[in-house]
Amino acid sequence: MMLLFYLAAAVAVIATIGVIVQTNIVHALIYLILSLLAVAVIFYVLGAPLAAMLEAIVYAGAIMVLFLFVIMMLNLGQSTRQQERAWLAGRGWIVPALLAAVLLGQLLYVLSGVEGMSAAEQVGVMAVGTRLFGPYVLAVELASILLLAGLITAYHLARKPKAGDE
Amino acid sequence: MGAIPVEHGLILAGILFSLGLIGVLTRRNIVFVLMSLEVMLNACGLAFIVAGSRWEQADGQIMFLLILTLAAAEVAVGLSLIIQMYRRFQTVDINVLSELKG
Repeated sequence: MMLLFYLAAAVAVIATIGVIVQTNIVHALIYLILSLLAVAVIFYVLGAPLAAMLEAIVYAGAIMVLFLFVIMMLNLGQSTRQQERAWLAGRGWIVPALLAAVLLGQLLYVLSGVEGMSAAEQVGVMAVGTRLFGPYVLAVELASILLLAGLITAYHLARKPKAGDE
Repeated sequence: MGAIPVEHGLILAGILFSLGLIGVLTRRNIVFVLMSLEVMLNACGLAFIVAGSRWEQADGQIMFLLILTLAAAEVAVGLSLIIQMYRRFQTVDINVLSELKG
């Protein structure tokens, strides 16, 4: 499990460096997803399975898809077809594929049912849930209000201006 | 097999946070800036999880959940601002915005 932690940490750091040095925006996004997945592995190793699942589902899934949609909407690359061809031929996908292979290997290792799944004491879903809706229920309500505000703001800002506006 | 030292987790969180900060400071494409902000928020969450794991309490994960919510709301608003910016200025270069007049 120590090895899992340090491998995932190395993957996370390399992928994050990839995010900040990439010039191609979609490549950077792929590196960012890898970084988030590596951090999810770290969460699992640290004994936080709920946080690991949420990291994979919400961060690497939902938020990154949102990024992808906006990048597609902006349509930054004008010659997208040429770009696509260059990507298929180029070597840009080799490093992300290697890093993802490391994470896949870790997943298979964990799924193979080795003794001592987690180095740390697991804090399960039930412990988190009971605390979340016990002492922290006000924070949950505040988070829901924050999400509602974010939803309204995003809708208002991103909608196309009508002819009569401004 | 021993427990992972808490320092190592915090060092990792620090490294990720610094990388995100470097990204925020050096990149001029606003989409990259937003991605680097995500990296920084994620590093904060990692620090909370490490601390929660050290004391074997659920509070670290709860804080992470709240950070997750914050990140989701921040990304939604930030991306819609990017869309607005692109519509008005036809660019995602943040240096263009510094030339705004009142």
